[in-house]
Amino acid sequence: MTNSIEVKDLTLNFGAVSVLKNMNLNVAEGEFVVLLGPSGCGKSTLLNCLAGLLEITDGQIFIKGKNVTWAEPSARGIGMVFQSYALYPQMTVRGNLSFGLKNARVPRDQIEAKVARAAEILQIGPLLHRKPAALSGGQRQRVAIGRALVRDVDVFLFDEPLSNLDAKLRSELRVEIKRLHAKLGNTMVYVTHDQIEALTLADRIAVMRGGIIQQLAAPQEIYNRPANLFVAGFIGSPSMNFLHGATVDGGQAFRLGDLHLSLAGYEGGMIGTRDKVILGLRPEHLVVQDQAEPGVTIPAVVELDEPMGADSLVWLQAAGTQMSVRVPVERRMAPGTPVHLRVDMAKASLFDAATEARV
Amino acid sequence: MADATLNTPARSITEARGTKPKRALSGRNIMIYGTLIVFSLYYLLPLWVMVMTSLKGMPEIRMGNIFAPPVEITFEPWVKAWSQACTGLNCDGLSRGFWNSVQILIPSVILSIVVASVNGYALTFWKFKGSDIFFTILIFGAFIPYQVMLYPIVILLREMGLYGSLWGLVLVHTIFGMPILTLLFRNYFSTIPEELFKAARVDGAGFWAIYAKILMPMSLPIFVVAIILQVTGIWNDFLFGVVYTRPDLYPMTVQLNNIVNSVQGVKEYNVNMAATLLTGLVPLFIYFVSGKLFVRGIAAGAVKG
Amino acid sequence: MALRRPNPLFRNLAAKAAAVPMILATLVVFLGGTIWTVVHSFTNSRLLPRFNWVGFDQYDRLWESTRWIVSIQNLMIYGSLSLVFSVGIGLLLAILMDQKIRYEDTFRTIMLYPFALSFIVTGLVWQWILNPDFGIQSIVRGLGWESFTFNPLHDPQLVLYGLLIAGLWQGTGFVMCLMLAGLRGIDEDIWKASRVDGIPAWKTYLLIVLPMMRPVFITTLVIVAAGIIKLYDLVVAQTSGGPGNASQVPAMYVYDYMFQAQNLGQGFAASTMMLLSVLIVLIPWAYLEFGGRKHG
Repeated sequence: MTNSIEVKDLTLNFGAVSVLKNMNLNVAEGEFVVLLGPSGCGKSTLLNCLAGLLEITDGQIFIKGKNVTWAEPSARGIGMVFQSYALYPQMTVRGNLSFGLKNARVPRDQIEAKVARAAEILQIGPLLHRKPAALSGGQRQRVAIGRALVRDVDVFLFDEPLSNLDAKLRSELRVEIKRLHAKLGNTMVYVTHDQIEALTLADRIAVMRGGIIQQLAAPQEIYNRPANLFVAGFIGSPSMNFLHGATVDGGQAFRLGDLHLSLAGYEGGMIGTRDKVILGLRPEHLVVQDQAEPGVTIPAVVELDEPMGADSLVWLQAAGTQMSVRVPVERRMAPGTPVHLRVDMAKASLFDAATEARV
Repeated sequence: MADATLNTPARSITEARGTKPKRALSGRNIMIYGTLIVFSLYYLLPLWVMVMTSLKGMPEIRMGNIFAPPVEITFEPWVKAWSQACTGLNCDGLSRGFWNSVQILIPSVILSIVVASVNGYALTFWKFKGSDIFFTILIFGAFIPYQVMLYPIVILLREMGLYGSLWGLVLVHTIFGMPILTLLFRNYFSTIPEELFKAARVDGAGFWAIYAKILMPMSLPIFVVAIILQVTGIWNDFLFGVVYTRPDLYPMTVQLNNIVNSVQGVKEYNVNMAATLLTGLVPLFIYFVSGKLFVRGIAAGAVKG
Repeated sequence: MALRRPNPLFRNLAAKAAAVPMILATLVVFLGGTIWTVVHSFTNSRLLPRFNWVGFDQYDRLWESTRWIVSIQNLMIYGSLSLVFSVGIGLLLAILMDQKIRYEDTFRTIMLYPFALSFIVTGLVWQWILNPDFGIQSIVRGLGWESFTFNPLHDPQLVLYGLLIAGLWQGTGFVMCLMLAGLRGIDEDIWKASRVDGIPAWKTYLLIVLPMMRPVFITTLVIVAAGIIKLYDLVVAQTSGGPGNASQVPAMYVYDYMFQAQNLGQGFAASTMMLLSVLIVLIPWAYLEFGGRKHG
């Protein structure tokens, strides 16, 4: 597979502030890559660099094998969809869709055809004569996608396109974008801070922090085997439980005070004896049971439970810290009840406390 | 700068709070409306006096009361003010000044608004190294007393061969309109989402295409505000007109002052007031036609000083 | 396709080209012109500017001139009265206008129309109304009060008040609009909260609303003050600086020395003093507005 986008050693500084640090990223032809991270992590900045809306300090960008590092945005073969839709308010939907083509001096009959095709794909045909002010949020975002669609570009760039929509519309359009990607097969780079969007849409997710890609992998890999403490904490809701302890017996077991957990079954590299490690356990990978099993369970006391419809979240006091566990909603638990949490080491993550990297 | 006036207030100046009150002749209302009416009389009085005086003949003025309406209405003073009044140099009335002002006004308004709107646009969306420094100097320029720059500009215009000409004055109005208008446009443009500008760039529009096809059509109200500001400001100018033009090119305000304060001949107060009214008609027309946009313009142009 | 980094100088060339007028205006006129005038105020230029350094001679002469001293005194008296009254009247009118009154638009239109008129028109109208032979004085006398005297434009003691009446007529509507914008910019929940707390309206204004309007007051004061320092047209039209020198102002002194008396050096020195006084108003304000913001 050829690379659709290739970013080589990209660095971006705003004055003395380093925003993107020596970044490398390859996106395959037809791949859907999501840039995910908290605000200020540089994900939107990276997207703007790809689009040519920000001038980079150092490095190179290739799109479809062409060096576009210093090319104008319109010459890069990209289309972009923005959070605020960014529709031209004084133009009709038709005007919005054809503006880019007119600038590129595409003949009128071709413009007509392209607009008609985009309108059909996005089902906005009846709206073509309207102005953006007369459209709903969802319709506006469809038009914004259409604007990228008409230009027959290789790469779609999405900058938090669904953040301005309400929850219901957001999930609807999410599905629609996924369908569009399946249908068109274009390369798509999608920026979001919403992990559900990332997990549902992406072929691969790039989790970013401080201008650095922390992990670039398929959604399941990111979820199950986070590369470091930050990715582990950022992905998953509620957040992963972290236990600060040590590994003993040459890496055979995890110890935290009186608590001993066997590390047998842990999928990772050489553990060895380490003074300070962090054991990460997802709330949905813990099982509540009444009996203790030495080396496998953690004793805990229920603090409160939050029924959430499909399941229920239980907050407990265990191993000197607060932990959360996801349980079936029928299982109500009274505060103060002593229970035991069974750990599935195959799904656990172990991090070195000093480097924060996965062991 | 000037947050409270430049940023849109929670409610606009022209929008009252809450529901309209019930009719009541309470002591409080008498006080409120009484005070407002007394002040209104103060504001209206000069307009009344101007109109009444300008419609009277001189004998009636000498006899009577300046507040009283004319017994016999005459338009003679208006005709005389327009075409015969003497400035000390010539006696062809205010019409010459009027046409001079029109000739100064039209290019000045167009040029100053084009330059300033492009400036504001460049400062909002196409920042370059040092652009903010220039803008800061420009804004402080709005506060520098004109007197400090009067003479250097005389030299500049003379070097350019424009001193004493209408175009020299047009240039001066363009320069001195720049700080406030640039601020006006920059503030307005910065309320336009940057993503719109980015989208246009992705769509292949360049500097001028974005300005002409995206920004201008979106910003018509602020252009109207700028036009109001400039038409009244330039029409009312006196100092620049007197310093940078020759007597035969003097704008209407300068002509008016020369007619009224001319020491020669018998004072014709009715002609003077007709001339004064004539000079005030253009800005008054703009004011009454533009209504709330005028209010918005002066609030936005509050730093003009 | 551009493979190499373009020269940053030519980046966004159209934007830079479009900014050339602004750059020229700031550098040549605002900055260059100001510096040129300040520098030449230390020369003995007369009919033409010459670079003949005389130190502070022009300033010594300036401050020995009675006319200049009178101008400065006039400006201070007129300025302080004008500030107090325009802010006072403007605020009063704004508060009255904010009482959910009927015909608000009409009142505003009446109060603001003088602001659309030039100082020349303003000065000439009030010159006529205050004319002793036909104006207010003669009318009151005509009503039977034969000894009534109100002739400010011909009385050196009162001439400034004659100017003040005209200046306030022209400018208070504008101040009212700024104040009204300030009042209406205040969160309406403040009013609801004070009503729930049972605080009377006048107390709410005095203790809560007016302190919250501090930025509006500062802005208004700066605008009005900067306008007062430039005061020129109004005096030219209404009194021509008379009677005698009784209503001279600095801007007039500058104009006369630069363009009439052919004593450029004096004009430059006087205009430099005007610049200085604007800076005295401006720098504390800029400090409050911009310096203070950094500290929260």
